[in-house]
Amino acid sequence: MNSLFAQEVPLSWYLMLSAILFSLGVVGFLIKRNLITMFMSIELMLNAVNLSFVTFARQWSAVQGQLFVFFVMVVAAAEAAVGLAIIISVFRARATLAVDKLDRMKL
Amino acid sequence: MNGILHLWLIPLLPFAGFLLNGILGRKLPKWLVTTVALAAPLAAFGVALGAAVSFSASNSLPWVETLPFAWINIAALHVNFSFVLDQLSLVMLLVVTGVGFLIHVYSVGYMDGDEGYARYFSYLNLFLFFMSVLVLAGNALMMFIGWEGVGLASYLLIGFYFQKKSAADAGKKAFIVNRIGDVGFLFAMFLLVANFGTLTFTEIAAKLGQCSGWTGGVVTVIALCLLLGAAGKSAQLPLYIWLPDAMEGPTPVSALIHAATMVTAGVYMIVRMHVLFNHSPFALGVVALVGAATALFAATIGLAQNDIKRVLAYSTISQLGYMFLACGVAAYSAAIFHLLTHAFFKALLFLAAGTVIHSLGGEQDLRRMGGLWKKLPVTFAVTTVGVLAIAGFPPFAGFFSKDAILYAAFLQQPHGRVLWAVGVVTALLTSFYMFRLWYMAFLGKPRSSDAPLHESPWSMRGPLVILAALSLGGGWIGIERTDGWLNMERFTSFLAPVVGAKSVAGGGARLELELSAIAVGAALLGWLVAYLFYRQSSTVPARLAAALPHGYKLLANKYYVDEIYGATVVKPLLGFSKYILGWVVEVGVLGGAAWLLAGSAKFVGAILQYWQSGNLRSYAAWLAVGAAAVLLFLLVPWATAWPATLDFVWKATGH
Repeated sequence: MNSLFAQEVPLSWYLMLSAILFSLGVVGFLIKRNLITMFMSIELMLNAVNLSFVTFARQWSAVQGQLFVFFVMVVAAAEAAVGLAIIISVFRARATLAVDKLDRMKL
Repeated sequence: MNGILHLWLIPLLPFAGFLLNGILGRKLPKWLVTTVALAAPLAAFGVALGAAVSFSASNSLPWVETLPFAWINIAALHVNFSFVLDQLSLVMLLVVTGVGFLIHVYSVGYMDGDEGYARYFSYLNLFLFFMSVLVLAGNALMMFIGWEGVGLASYLLIGFYFQKKSAADAGKKAFIVNRIGDVGFLFAMFLLVANFGTLTFTEIAAKLGQCSGWTGGVVTVIALCLLLGAAGKSAQLPLYIWLPDAMEGPTPVSALIHAATMVTAGVYMIVRMHVLFNHSPFALGVVALVGAATALFAATIGLAQNDIKRVLAYSTISQLGYMFLACGVAAYSAAIFHLLTHAFFKALLFLAAGTVIHSLGGEQDLRRMGGLWKKLPVTFAVTTVGVLAIAGFPPFAGFFSKDAILYAAFLQQPHGRVLWAVGVVTALLTSFYMFRLWYMAFLGKPRSSDAPLHESPWSMRGPLVILAALSLGGGWIGIERTDGWLNMERFTSFLAPVVGAKSVAGGGARLELELSAIAVGAALLGWLVAYLFYRQSSTVPARLAAALPHGYKLLANKYYVDEIYGATVVKPLLGFSKYILGWVVEVGVLGGAAWLLAGSAKFVGAILQYWQSGNLRSYAAWLAVGAAAVLLFLLVPWATAWPATLDFVWKATGH
């Protein structure tokens, strides 16, 4: 049973996955114009970070990394609630979620 | 020593009265306000009297009480809340609380029906609180608290009818003129701390006693600063101008604050600090000069005033001048003696004037009074006592104290006889204008309306009668029978432990009698002239005024001092405030600086605002670029090398 699946997955694979997810989040945030999609990109970035936290926690048998993940998840939940509420009220007020049109702060 | 005495109760009781009436007075029933207002000074008087009795029995003065916590404790400066009871503060305390209580009682009748009844009594109690702090203070700073506090109470009470502009203005004038004097007091305290390191009276005296080298110089400057403070509070030249205007306040206030107690605080302060003055003959000379000049100056103004309260105000200034004169010839006990008797007869005269004004429905002009003796017999009788006392006829109180001052002045070397002569002339003038007031108000034909007048209630007449008795007999505490002859120095020997006994060289009973005879003769002359002028033929004053128009106008207009001060001090100051401070500093400098700051912020904002595109994705892009740059800086070795390279190039190019 010396197969591929029996072996430990190396650390670098996790980190690579985390980096890819994070980059996807960043790119999605930059190129998408819909507010909700941008919001989802943020969630993606947060979870990429979570993944690397957990990875390091396992690697060094340290519990702090896992603790941090909990904090991040709690904050993300709160942020999602507030963010979605804002998005709804923006939509009600402006009837659009295209960020390029939401530029009233500009002089 | 029985430690049962609680000196701090004496100021605290009136303060409690002030708080109670000041906060709740409007809601409390009137009888309760009255009870509280009268109970506070009565209880304070009781404590003071108890102290007097127990101490005269046990002979253990001075008695010092220090509260168990320090007030100021910085480096070398230690100031405690300490109260001192010695012969000096005992006399003053009895005057303040005793006369104060009588005037409180009088006020119950006088202020009856006034809208601000409770407010009036709370201020009056506040005044008693600060005055007893001033009197009992064991160091200069405590005294200064009381000093400023009585100034505040005086301001509040002068401006009691604040709806009247003249009253509000008079209050402000009193307050501001007093501030000028207070600067002197403050500077004296600074100098005391700098040179003696203490503000406690006994320690200053001890330090001065240790080193006989303390003469002139710094001590003179301190004494002159103190004199400035005393001149402000006690309405001496050149700061007397606030006192005549202070008559805008209710008449009992004029009696209590502006005749009997507060204005004598300056005299009390000089006597309290007499050690300093004793070390500076020059300062003493200035005190005597100021006193004599003020006595004469104010008396001459008093000759031509027609407002009954103003006549009394100028006579107060003049009598305070006597007290300063006594201080100036180092006859401190005579000054305090005169302070005591003056408190009796001047409070009496003011309260009697208040009764007259009250009965006439607010009339204060002497020319519209007359013939009141039949309508107000009690007031007439007590005023007669007061006039005889202030004019200095034996055996009334004023005779003994004035005599003591003139005697001490006469013996002073080298210029004492000039001071004495000024004193005698002032006595003549005093007698004249007081009898003028007496004739114009009470005798002759009634010049007021024929409305039936009635005497005031007993709450007003009672204090008058008691004060009249004191004005009659108050001077006798200064004499006792020794060796078959009357010893006039009893009061002096009572105060001697505090102020020291003045050695009277070259005096003698015979000389003293002769001097008394001259003074009484002067007073009689003043009476005679007043009789001729205002009783015998009432046309004489008018003809005299017509014959000397300039002289009369000068007196009637009070030497134009208010006008002179207005032109030389007030107007330039107002102009300076309005043009220099108001326009140049306020509008130009401060306004300009504010405008410049706001303008530059606006300008920078106007430029920076173009960086804000308002586009969320561009912000995100900048954020990403920034994060990437930080990452690059942290992770890639050659990126970190950048600044080092730059630094190397910088240095290599010769910097």
